[in-house]
Amino acid sequence: MTARLLKLEEQVRSIAGDRIKHFETAFGQLTAVVAPDDLRQVMTLLRDSAGLRFAQLVDLCGVDYRDYASTGRDEQRYAVVYHLLSIEHNERLRIRAFCADDDFPIVDSVVDIWPSANWFEREAFDLFGIMFNGHPDLRRLLTDYGFVGHPFRKDFPVSGNVEMRYDPEQKRVVYQPVTIEPREIVHALFATNNMATLSEPLAPVNKEWPVNEECQRRIDLCTRQTVT
Amino acid sequence: MNFGPQHPAAHGVLRLVLELNGEVIERADPHIGLLHRATEKLAEQKTFLQSVPYMDRLDYMSMMCNEHAYVMAIEKLLNIDVPLRAQYIRVMFDEITRILNHLLWLGAHGLDVGAMTIFLYCFREREDLMDCYEAVSGARLHAAYYRPGGVYRDLPERMPQYAVSKFRDQKKADKLNANREGSLLDFIEDFTARFPQKVDEYETLLTDNRIWKQRTVSIGVVSPERAIALGFTGPMLRGSGVAWDLRKKQPYAAYNRVDFDIPVGVTGDCYDRYLVRIEEMRQSNRIVRQCVDWLRGNPGPVMSDNHKVAPSSRVAMKANMEELIHHFKLFTEGMHVPAGEVYSAVEAPKGEFGIYLVSDGANKPYRLKIRAPAFAHLSAMDEMVRGHMIADLVAIIGTQDIVFGEVDR
Repeated sequence: MTARLLKLEEQVRSIAGDRIKHFETAFGQLTAVVAPDDLRQVMTLLRDSAGLRFAQLVDLCGVDYRDYASTGRDEQRYAVVYHLLSIEHNERLRIRAFCADDDFPIVDSVVDIWPSANWFEREAFDLFGIMFNGHPDLRRLLTDYGFVGHPFRKDFPVSGNVEMRYDPEQKRVVYQPVTIEPREIVHALFATNNMATLSEPLAPVNKEWPVNEECQRRIDLCTRQTVT
Repeated sequence: MNFGPQHPAAHGVLRLVLELNGEVIERADPHIGLLHRATEKLAEQKTFLQSVPYMDRLDYMSMMCNEHAYVMAIEKLLNIDVPLRAQYIRVMFDEITRILNHLLWLGAHGLDVGAMTIFLYCFREREDLMDCYEAVSGARLHAAYYRPGGVYRDLPERMPQYAVSKFRDQKKADKLNANREGSLLDFIEDFTARFPQKVDEYETLLTDNRIWKQRTVSIGVVSPERAIALGFTGPMLRGSGVAWDLRKKQPYAAYNRVDFDIPVGVTGDCYDRYLVRIEEMRQSNRIVRQCVDWLRGNPGPVMSDNHKVAPSSRVAMKANMEELIHHFKLFTEGMHVPAGEVYSAVEAPKGEFGIYLVSDGANKPYRLKIRAPAFAHLSAMDEMVRGHMIADLVAIIGTQDIVFGEVDR
């Protein structure tokens, strides 16, 4: 497994040269990190070189690394991750390109290299707000018509910002700010020395819980029975 | 012209905006996302174990294959071994799932193109297979049976039987229970023995049927190079003549221990893809049969014994303090998956179903990307339907085998 990955790494290095910033090998999979400026050149080489022939783009997705906990990370916030497959040589390769600007993340489109990138790039634009320079038709794909924001960014709340309801007075569907409170069922915990520690303190529960009269009556009944 | 999102031939909530010249399609613009539930975002809020049932709800025609990709991703990150018996059970249920999916596809595709009977035939066999799902997991569709480290429990010794009711007298119940007297494996073995004849039955209805051929031959032709470039996988790629199957090329679970063949098409039209899927059902039947034989002779554990990942037995949990703590921690805090990223793919009935999992070492995934085969297939819809008639569009939607649970996620 490892020998095979080393061979693949050597091949990619010989073809793409120093355009690849660095390689990462983990869990039997090879990742190459590429600067966004070199992306299109590298991708074209990977597709067309006789020894590689990554003819299929299996997957393309955006990643928001804002809260990524690994220490000493100094890279940018948004990355685009490409999963390539070479059917001829039965190899897989992952390419990661970090977008240079966190406020306006942009990378070059690879639609003309692999047509399958079309919808994947639209999806990444829709969900993360990553722009793809040269994409012929960069519209939203999955969210509602007229949706505001990019929902898979880490600063977008899970409950969303607006909710929809039917207004009987206006006789149409209206949008209003969400009325549900954000809640977290399980807190994110990190394992240290085989012990779990809280990454952030639990919010104190100082809310008056509404008492259901029927429940209270039953509780009273039960406690009375145990006492007597 | 607007097509859908509520149209019986749209296979769910597909909205198509068509530009027509008479009845000939000049451009098709699929609008998706009407079933978008942000599964990937929801998974970031839940522990690894809590997201398993979400996987069933992606491609809700091939539930266990989706789970398989997800649990495999977690197992790779955790670097744990899955018992061989669990791997065989997974292979068996993956193939049962493939038959389930292809039966539904065949029935619905036939119905779209105008063949009514095939739908009823297919659902007759689906019923038996869903009973297998129910016997192992308690649910007929959304099983949540595969867990990180193995499968939830071993195969049951007794197949559930039909009871007498207001609608079913003793005679009818006895007839239905005739092949349910033994264990689940007996029932599956009985199914594999009779299923090839059922596939022959479907073929007598369709394969040489003049109308069926008129509706599918040389419709939606895709060349092999184009199929690869468009990101096609599974039967859509094999229908174009590319012999690519992850079960053979990058084997996972116990696929390198079973014997089967990969059918490929020649012309890459709807009819070839139909033939490929029919043959896949026969091959799946072969695999299921081999798994049944192996599982009979090789009892053993079906779950990893690492109790930080898999729960201990109820008896041990009640008797032993340490096991109790493990159990409590596993189901409240969840398991901690080491930091890293992994892509794991399975050959789902529709194509390559992949999970790209990024973990930062916490008890929840940092990012989960689901690579759905039908998403790539549907994105090529525009190219496939150009120049065809509206009636052919319905045949092409059918041949792509799209399910909106996974396209929209």
